[in-house]
Amino acid sequence: MEYRLRTPIGEQEIRRLRVGDLVIVDGLVVTMRDAGHRRAIEHLRSGGRLPIDFSGLVLYHMGPVVRRAESGWEIVAAGPTTSARLEAYEPELIERTGIRLIVGKGGMGARTAEACMRFGAAYAIYPGGAGALAANAIESVERVEWLDLGIPEAMWVLRVRGFGPLMIAIDPSGRNFYDERRREVEENMRRILEGGGLRR
Amino acid sequence: MLAEDGIRRCVVELIRAAATHLPEDVKASLRRAHELEENPLARRMLSAILENVELAEERGRPICQDTGIVMFSVKAGEKFPFLGKLPGILRMAVAEATRKIPLRPNAMDIVTGINTGDNTGDYIPWIDWEIMPGEDYAEITVLLKGGGSEAAGGVAVMAPSAGIEGASRFVLEVIKEAGPRACPPLVIGIGLGGTAYAAICLAKRALLRGMGSRNPRRELALLEEKILEMVNGLGWGVHGVGGITTALDVRIEASHRHPASLAVGVVSSCWAFRYSTMRISGDKVEFLTHEFLNDLEVR
Repeated sequence: MEYRLRTPIGEQEIRRLRVGDLVIVDGLVVTMRDAGHRRAIEHLRSGGRLPIDFSGLVLYHMGPVVRRAESGWEIVAAGPTTSARLEAYEPELIERTGIRLIVGKGGMGARTAEACMRFGAAYAIYPGGAGALAANAIESVERVEWLDLGIPEAMWVLRVRGFGPLMIAIDPSGRNFYDERRREVEENMRRILEGGGLRR
Repeated sequence: MLAEDGIRRCVVELIRAAATHLPEDVKASLRRAHELEENPLARRMLSAILENVELAEERGRPICQDTGIVMFSVKAGEKFPFLGKLPGILRMAVAEATRKIPLRPNAMDIVTGINTGDNTGDYIPWIDWEIMPGEDYAEITVLLKGGGSEAAGGVAVMAPSAGIEGASRFVLEVIKEAGPRACPPLVIGIGLGGTAYAAICLAKRALLRGMGSRNPRRELALLEEKILEMVNGLGWGVHGVGGITTALDVRIEASHRHPASLAVGVVSSCWAFRYSTMRISGDKVEFLTHEFLNDLEVR
């Protein structure tokens, strides 16, 4: 199935998504990588608030190439970074903020899948390396926070239009696409080695 | 006579071309993969990749936000007049390119993790040399090596009894483990030899040999085809979504080995295989992989 979602995304809208669905997003996307996640969790644990209310928004694992333009910032390239590094933070972030859709590349683990199921969220992949295409979907930089972490690690609040294709890789029923894929690939490997593809 | 400033300006444009325009043979290989692929999700990922490649060209923007570690391969004639000055020129060109294109600053101190901000640092940009006897020209290739694809690299030193089969199996294991992290479809360079160092150097050389080129030795050319088929048989596919396109090409370079050791090295590129080559000969500069640069006034 293909869906077009606008932020803020409601729980019901997310709950109908399934692994393999393609999604296009309009609205607000917030970026965080490793240092941003660490700081966000510290803030939330100590009772602080994040610079922007995440509920119903899209979180994007991305550190951009930017240019300082006359009217503010211009995002030059904006493809995803590897999501697996953020597995340690994501379940808690989902629980505490009500973020609905997480976007990255390469897949996430069992704890994130569990949190998606419990709190009504999903994880999608954006085609890795497609930095120019992603930048093209960004209409404006609404805000940038935590610039002291450096440009890639800062929290960028981006207004996007037609951001995608995103492919759902963890759905709110708890299905994890890449876990299933890895099992298939292991099986293919076994067949290649046994089937005389390689003699030993 | 071409001056140092002129060479530097050309190298900046060489880096810009690599970051924003895939070489024609890489683009052709991606288009062909899109034609042959039947998995609908993989086709959708490939069409997004092709759309991205076109947009980057049109707008002069980096194809991927990870503009990589900057690596040069220099084939220089022994009589090339800038032999000694070239490392300094390349370093300045990288810092200038980082500001102008812009590139993402990716050079981090190994101990403190502090980013130098201009993509230069200890041994960075990396430079590999090959000296050509008697010649007076130089060919400079820049490779922008993204972080993700390093997951699909490695080296192993085996007992010779493992044979070519054991070496092939190691390559397959590396690609299988890396999976979607390395941003497939990949271009895979394999080096075979007697020491870990030789194997990994040859693997990088194989990577840069040109899409679809085959090792002149028939047995190794067949092995290239066979490993390509097996890697694609793994079924990871474009960004891990499945289908027949895990790798676009596999190339092998080999040296003689030690009686007691068989080393195998793997150096892979993600689909965004960003490299560019130019030749400096007398006061003439010719861009070999990105010919449109020959029409520009960059000198």
